[in-house]
Amino acid sequence: MPRRKKKIIIIGGGLAGLSAAMKLCERDAEVVIVSFQNLKRSHSVCAQGGINAAIDAKNEGDTPEKHFYDTIKGGDFLAHQPLVRDMCHQAPAIIHLLDRIGVAFNRTGEGRLAFRRFGGTLYSRTAFAGATTGQQLVYSLDEQVRRFEHDGMVERLEWHEYLGAVIDDEGVCRGAVLHDLHTNKLFTVKGDAVILATGGPGQVYVRSTNSVVNTGAAATQAYLQGAKYGNGEFIQIHPTAIPGQDKLRLMSESARGEGGRVWVPRRADDKRDPKSIPESERYYFLEEKYPLYGNLVPRDVASREIYDIVYNHRLGVGGEPMVFLDLTHKSKAYLEDRLGGILDIYQKFTGDDPKITPMRIFPAVHYSMGGLWTDFERDSHGLIDHASPRNQSTSIPGLYAAGEADYQYHGANRLGANSLLSCIYTGLMMSRAVINFSNNLNRSFEDVPSTVYEQTQSYWENRFRDIRKMDGSENPYQLHKELGDTMMSSVLIVRDNKTLEKTQHAIEDIETRFKDVKCVDTSNWANPTPSFINQLYCMIHLSKIIAKGALMRDEFRGAHYKPDFDLRQPGDFDPFEYIDYLERKKNGEAMEDSHYPEGHLDYMKRFEENNKKWLKSSIATYKDNGPEITYEDVDTSIVTPRPRKYD
Amino acid sequence: MTPPKSVRFTIKRQDRPDSVAYWQNFEVEWKPHANVISCLQDIQRRPVTAEGESVNPVAWDCNCLEEVCGSCTMLINGKVRQACTALIDKLERPIYLEPMSKFPAVRDLQVNRSRMFDNLKKVKAWLPVDGTHDLGEGPVMSDAVRAQRYVLSECMSCGCCLEACPQFTKDNNFMGAATFSQVRLFNLHPTGSMQKEERLEAVMGEGGIADCGNAQVCVEVCPKNIPLTESIAEVGRQSSLQMIKNFFVK
Repeated sequence: MPRRKKKIIIIGGGLAGLSAAMKLCERDAEVVIVSFQNLKRSHSVCAQGGINAAIDAKNEGDTPEKHFYDTIKGGDFLAHQPLVRDMCHQAPAIIHLLDRIGVAFNRTGEGRLAFRRFGGTLYSRTAFAGATTGQQLVYSLDEQVRRFEHDGMVERLEWHEYLGAVIDDEGVCRGAVLHDLHTNKLFTVKGDAVILATGGPGQVYVRSTNSVVNTGAAATQAYLQGAKYGNGEFIQIHPTAIPGQDKLRLMSESARGEGGRVWVPRRADDKRDPKSIPESERYYFLEEKYPLYGNLVPRDVASREIYDIVYNHRLGVGGEPMVFLDLTHKSKAYLEDRLGGILDIYQKFTGDDPKITPMRIFPAVHYSMGGLWTDFERDSHGLIDHASPRNQSTSIPGLYAAGEADYQYHGANRLGANSLLSCIYTGLMMSRAVINFSNNLNRSFEDVPSTVYEQTQSYWENRFRDIRKMDGSENPYQLHKELGDTMMSSVLIVRDNKTLEKTQHAIEDIETRFKDVKCVDTSNWANPTPSFINQLYCMIHLSKIIAKGALMRDEFRGAHYKPDFDLRQPGDFDPFEYIDYLERKKNGEAMEDSHYPEGHLDYMKRFEENNKKWLKSSIATYKDNGPEITYEDVDTSIVTPRPRKYD
Repeated sequence: MTPPKSVRFTIKRQDRPDSVAYWQNFEVEWKPHANVISCLQDIQRRPVTAEGESVNPVAWDCNCLEEVCGSCTMLINGKVRQACTALIDKLERPIYLEPMSKFPAVRDLQVNRSRMFDNLKKVKAWLPVDGTHDLGEGPVMSDAVRAQRYVLSECMSCGCCLEACPQFTKDNNFMGAATFSQVRLFNLHPTGSMQKEERLEAVMGEGGIADCGNAQVCVEVCPKNIPLTESIAEVGRQSSLQMIKNFFVK
């Protein structure tokens, strides 16, 4: 008798979900891919810059090992090293695959892949397709999945929402409960494994660079069902985004690179037209504070300073949280030539021409470094054992996570153009894990008693019945906005424990008010409101994870700055001194101040102590209606963590 | 000039695919840099009509809000476009919002565009690669061809071209400009060109390229400036050659 094909349910149709679907089809699995909307509209389409792979096409000496080191350092040593190393070694093959499936990557004169430099690395490592690399990658992967769908191997369930996992009495995930967003009917699908590739949680902050579907609800639901959530408090911030009423849109760093000057009026609440404010009344705060780097300070420093000016000095333009990014001193021809594309975007969404009027910008939540905790298994070479069913598995057997929904591959501040790579890498790499897991199961979902499915379905039917009955005085969409404002004002870049304690109370208040929500639409066809209320419930729980993790992490790592715990790195510090320090220590040499410039030894001791305590992943587990936070060691078996220089 | 205190919206509502549509007015507080989406979000937060009646919030589709996902396409003051780039200050008021008319209605401003994706299956809009394992580099391709493909590849299946097209109707099976342009995209690729004939056969039948009335409005409404009429001409030329070939070979 032929063996039944493995049936895998994938939730989410962005880069991670589509690559997993493609690879699983190739491994002869039957795939159900579930999405809130048409797959082609997933948030991954928003990625612009490119995707990294150390192919060394320009003979600059780039290697996957260098890519690995840059990535680990970019994440401030918080990522598990074997995984990142494997990803970097797989990257060239991934780029070639993407090229073969038709991504319109820019090419050289010889017709091969062109690479550019990105985010401060020394190598041309980034392959790109115009300024819409994410869109191009999603489309090519979507086409491959459509091809398998045409051949009858994929079922697309678009306009369906994942509500939760079906978990049997052995604690194994056996399927999912889905919500048809048109008929509003709930039903279960059975499968050998479920993959959550549901993206990031930017909507917890309401206005971010994320798409509106990025509520993090699916991952949070997994946490509420017992999965561990890792590094929740690490949220990547981009310093310059275009403020909008509906969302914040990215303004590329190149605007500063081409001479953009950041300033605010010196007087608070100065309502004058920026062009009529004389030079003497403008505060070029980056240039004044950082004479050497000026407007070109790194992302985290720029974000922190803008935040400080707006919230602590209350000098935001017109009293609003924004500052000017001014290019008007440059000629129109120059700007057109160098920055045409991105300036058009600004004009399109604000109606103002940045060649004539200074742009208004503000840092924005951009990418989540946290997500569902996932496992991996390394081999003896420090690479990943690709056959292991543990790879990308959450702490619920049979429930897997990939892409931004998982917590791997990041730290507090990751390297540009790596996120697309990590999404595709996880999607591709996990296929063997998922199939091997399915092969090793001691019973199939077909043998799981039907009551397991019925009970889970009825749990969700009751839950939605209760939501529809909610008839209080709070509008759920308004409450969501208030949650976002709370998170935005206190759990962003600069973090202060007193404020964070208050934030926790503010979140509790929102949780109390949530009970008084009114389900403002109770109709039975294509009604998005009950679904949104459930997502809001998840977002409240996720905000608790983020805020508590931030409160507990008493250190300054990556972009998250806790002034009270700044280790005060000496300005002339060289990170290699620390390697020397460790070496001497290992050899049992006496450690004397005279070995190093003044103050350096003390700093290195502080750094070492801090790492002992904090070079760990935060793990949130759901307990007593809130997160219990514990810490897990990071696998640093390949590269020794060392101080980063912030300039 | 002092900005207005509020903005009036007149929105076409429809509760179910088969129910009768009706109009409702909403008065939304004016805010700087507001767009149609942010105003719809304000209506969600306070779903009360201009006449003071509490109603269900308006349903619409949107996602990226950066004009790259293609979700939020609708008719704004009678013109098909994305709602995220429709800035309130640049629109004539009151602002009329309607769902696209050429696709089956779902609810309010939402329509079902699955026909566009079904068409992509009909014309096999993909590259049939020999597996996704590591087979080395892709085919060499000039950057000029890449540039041509890139422009076509930006199509986000928003449906603007089909909404504007007089030939594309709810009850016929005309494929429309977006699909023809994808045929051109895949035929341009060295690997894709190997299945050129299959794609051309698919657009040579009913609802295919011959049904195009050459009204040229598709290209005018395309938010991505995709050269759709060029695509139609090119695929038309390729199909004619294919037809001649078929005449002699088959």
